[in-house]
Amino acid sequence: MSNTTKSPEEAFAEGMAGTVVPDVSSKQDKTRSLAQDALRDLIRRPMFIVSGILIVAILIIASFPTLFTSVDPLACDLKHSMEGPSGSAWFGYNFQGCDVYSQTIYGTRNSIIVGVLTTIFSLIIGGLVGVLGGFFGKWTDALLSFVTNVFFGLPLLLAAIVILNNFRDEKGMRNAGVMAVVLTLSVVGWMSMARVMRGAVMQVKQADYVAAARSLGASTSRMMFRHVLPNSITPLIVVATISLGAVIGAEATLSFLGIGIRPPAISWGVMISEAQGRISQGLHPLLFPSGMLTITVLAFIMLGDAVRDAFDPKLR
Amino acid sequence: MGRFVIRRILQMVPVFIGTTLIVYFLVTQMGGDPIQNLYGEKPVPDNIRATLTAQYHLDDPFFVRYWYYFSGLLQGDFGESIAQGRPIAELLVEAWPETLKVAGVAFVFELVIGVVAGVLAGMRRGSFIDNLVLVSTLTVIAIPIFVLGNVGQTFLGQEWGLFPVAGTDDGFISYLLPGMVLGSVSLAYIARLARASVAENLRADYIRTAKAKGLPKSRVIGIHVLRNSLIPVVTYLGADLGSLMGGAIVTEGIFNIPGVGFQLFSSLNVEDGPAVVGFVSLLVLVYLITALVVDMLYAVLDPRIRYE
Amino acid sequence: MTTIDKTASVPAPRDGATFDGPLLDVRDLHVEFRTREGVAKAVNGVSYSVKAGETLAVLGESGSGKSVTAQAIMGILDTPPGFVTKGEIVFRGQDMLKMSDEEHRKVRGSKIAMIFQDALSSLNPVLSVGYQLGEMFRVHQGLSKKEAKVKAIELMDRVKIPAAAARVNDYPHQFSGGMRQRIMIAMALALEPDLIIADEPTTALDVTVQAQVMDLLAELQREYNMGLILITHDLGVVADVADKIAVMYAGRIVEQAPVHELYKRPAHPYTKGLLESIPRLDQKGQELYAIKGLPPNLLKIPSGCAFNPRCPKADDVCRTDIPVLVPVTEQDGTDLPGRGSACHFWKETIHG
Repeated sequence: MSNTTKSPEEAFAEGMAGTVVPDVSSKQDKTRSLAQDALRDLIRRPMFIVSGILIVAILIIASFPTLFTSVDPLACDLKHSMEGPSGSAWFGYNFQGCDVYSQTIYGTRNSIIVGVLTTIFSLIIGGLVGVLGGFFGKWTDALLSFVTNVFFGLPLLLAAIVILNNFRDEKGMRNAGVMAVVLTLSVVGWMSMARVMRGAVMQVKQADYVAAARSLGASTSRMMFRHVLPNSITPLIVVATISLGAVIGAEATLSFLGIGIRPPAISWGVMISEAQGRISQGLHPLLFPSGMLTITVLAFIMLGDAVRDAFDPKLR
Repeated sequence: MGRFVIRRILQMVPVFIGTTLIVYFLVTQMGGDPIQNLYGEKPVPDNIRATLTAQYHLDDPFFVRYWYYFSGLLQGDFGESIAQGRPIAELLVEAWPETLKVAGVAFVFELVIGVVAGVLAGMRRGSFIDNLVLVSTLTVIAIPIFVLGNVGQTFLGQEWGLFPVAGTDDGFISYLLPGMVLGSVSLAYIARLARASVAENLRADYIRTAKAKGLPKSRVIGIHVLRNSLIPVVTYLGADLGSLMGGAIVTEGIFNIPGVGFQLFSSLNVEDGPAVVGFVSLLVLVYLITALVVDMLYAVLDPRIRYE
Repeated sequence: MTTIDKTASVPAPRDGATFDGPLLDVRDLHVEFRTREGVAKAVNGVSYSVKAGETLAVLGESGSGKSVTAQAIMGILDTPPGFVTKGEIVFRGQDMLKMSDEEHRKVRGSKIAMIFQDALSSLNPVLSVGYQLGEMFRVHQGLSKKEAKVKAIELMDRVKIPAAAARVNDYPHQFSGGMRQRIMIAMALALEPDLIIADEPTTALDVTVQAQVMDLLAELQREYNMGLILITHDLGVVADVADKIAVMYAGRIVEQAPVHELYKRPAHPYTKGLLESIPRLDQKGQELYAIKGLPPNLLKIPSGCAFNPRCPKADDVCRTDIPVLVPVTEQDGTDLPGRGSACHFWKETIHG
């Protein structure tokens, strides 16, 4: 297939791959380096501040749900079924009479775990494939690019459905645990990171300071870790932040389709999936988890956006 | 140009083999006993098991079975649905036009509105319209497609009656809302991409030249800026078709449209392995071919690619 | 998209019979860039003029305001951040800063054309060179696509591109650097303008190609009797082709003079420094002179003479009073026509 098509993440991070943070080894140089400049610029961006606060808040909720609610999310009472928001239950109750607020708080953890772990795993796979291909070129690159293109031929959701369809519980019902979802999404979602990394590495490799290091007799590993990697990692980080949001959305979509994380495990996707059949009876069980999901995805995308803008000198 | 086309096609062949191999592996190797799956908890009669095993080459090694499947694909034989007892090619012929209509609406919607919004925003960075486009696209990207579908169906369909709620009985108009939901996320990406690339191109040296030539603004923007800015949008469209196919499963499910996504999902639900492989193979095939077409388009737009 | 311009209202005889004054007269031009970091004063009162058939070389380091002045003349400053805050740009007796955008646009390309430094990035990569050349005729003269292509081939022949007819549909990246710069020149020449502004036209080229391109430019200029503003930082290029030179520093003209006089007797320490930093074969073995320090930050231009922190002659007066461009004379007071210097110590510099 083509090597020109772009994934949404790549499209979003467009312009980043060409951005190279110059080697900041000359400390005595009084002019600020691009990286410092970008960081200074970053902390002044309202978008960065807002998304940063949101993400910190979400991470705290995911780590310590008990700080925010004392209601057991699984202590459901059918007599409250579909009751609207009230003083005792801020987000109301769902069809089974479970407290929607408590479930939303407890659901944060699974959604965040899937998002963060999947992104880390795809970062490792994609980063490694990209660095090796971009750095060594020749047949290594040809082989790795081929593998990347093969996987790119599989639309993410399709591939995830086909894989997760095979995870069953004892009764033969589809029920993939959190880790199965994480691994599946990592296996089918690393390609854009590999592409971006490869592009950045190839660009840095041609930079004069790398040629200089080479001519000074730097070893391969030194060149890779000291010169090439630090200067090509920024675009990868941006793509990773953006795709973190997308992964959380994908997990919810899988739960919605009845694949992936299933009840009694709680995630926003599970909650939305359960609520969506009963919209006519009440919107609140759908609205609150959807809202949290949207805010979380938004926060990560905004973070990536802010980082990209700060590091992209072309847009200054 | 001819050599470029041939080279791209030759490059696609091994990718297609590799991708279908993965699909075939995922569906056939990981799903347990396909014959048992047909019968659920009940025991399978021995003679039926033997017949089915022979019919589907289940005793042969994996690669041999893949070869049967692949050579079938090349002849337009996508296998036979176990659940419905009909050739998958036949089901595809029924389902495909439905998906095409939804995807078509989505495609036109995202391309037209996305490019217009992106160009307007990119030309006036920092203006009200720019911020509006930035915020609204971010929001759309952040809302999962099924939430958008549900909310759209509930309000625009049920509550306000602007669109048919579900099904395809109302002709073209039935495809409008599903298509718009399906295209909304890509629309947001296209708008942002077009915005970034217009903003960047406006600063390019050749735009300065175009102005120095005394070209009217309409020509500077319409020909010099736009032509270059569409290149990243077009390359994105290639991959976008992949997400359209994934999204089709969700939208066709919500709006009850009997397209490929809908069929695929029901096949998954009834554990119809061959049908799943057939539908997924078709989607992958379509995806690869459109990616190739997009690639050609890319070469038309950007001469630097053609002669590399 | 197909706006057709009737011949612009500005009269266009180029033999100078009916029009005596200078072709272009820039008077006290001020340009500033309003950025997030502050206001950068890029041009601070520049005046110069060019007659038909005359070549003015504008010399200066990067950031001296020489290109910004040119962009202001062309009317292609990016606004914001760039703003012309004061001054006049008089072309054939008409102040272009007072023209409507549409009038100004019609002058661009047809009456005043510009050649840029890096032809690769200055030509649109996705349009064929024939298309980009033909655009001039289609927009300004309303020719059809077909006629425009014929004209484009003629132009390419004119600037000595081999096999023009065969290459008219090629794209910029398919040409060599020198050929690309010829295409830029052809584009500027297309409508036989009265004035061409060439912004470092040879900087990106190999030395051998540089000479060819400069010769071509000079030849065409003679043939069409055009005015030429040659913006450069390369003193070597200037000597052969220019009639007069204006040296710019921190947005001001610090010295102007007929070309050979400037080389013989500079009247400003900056010019002197520039001349002394040219390597010379007859001084082989000696250490090469270099002007110390860096060009000034336009956000914080030094008080007094902007050159004072780098000037070997700087005195207290240089740190407080901005020197104005005064006429330079011989020791006995005889006029030196066309000469001026903006230095408190010009007398010592030229006669000392």
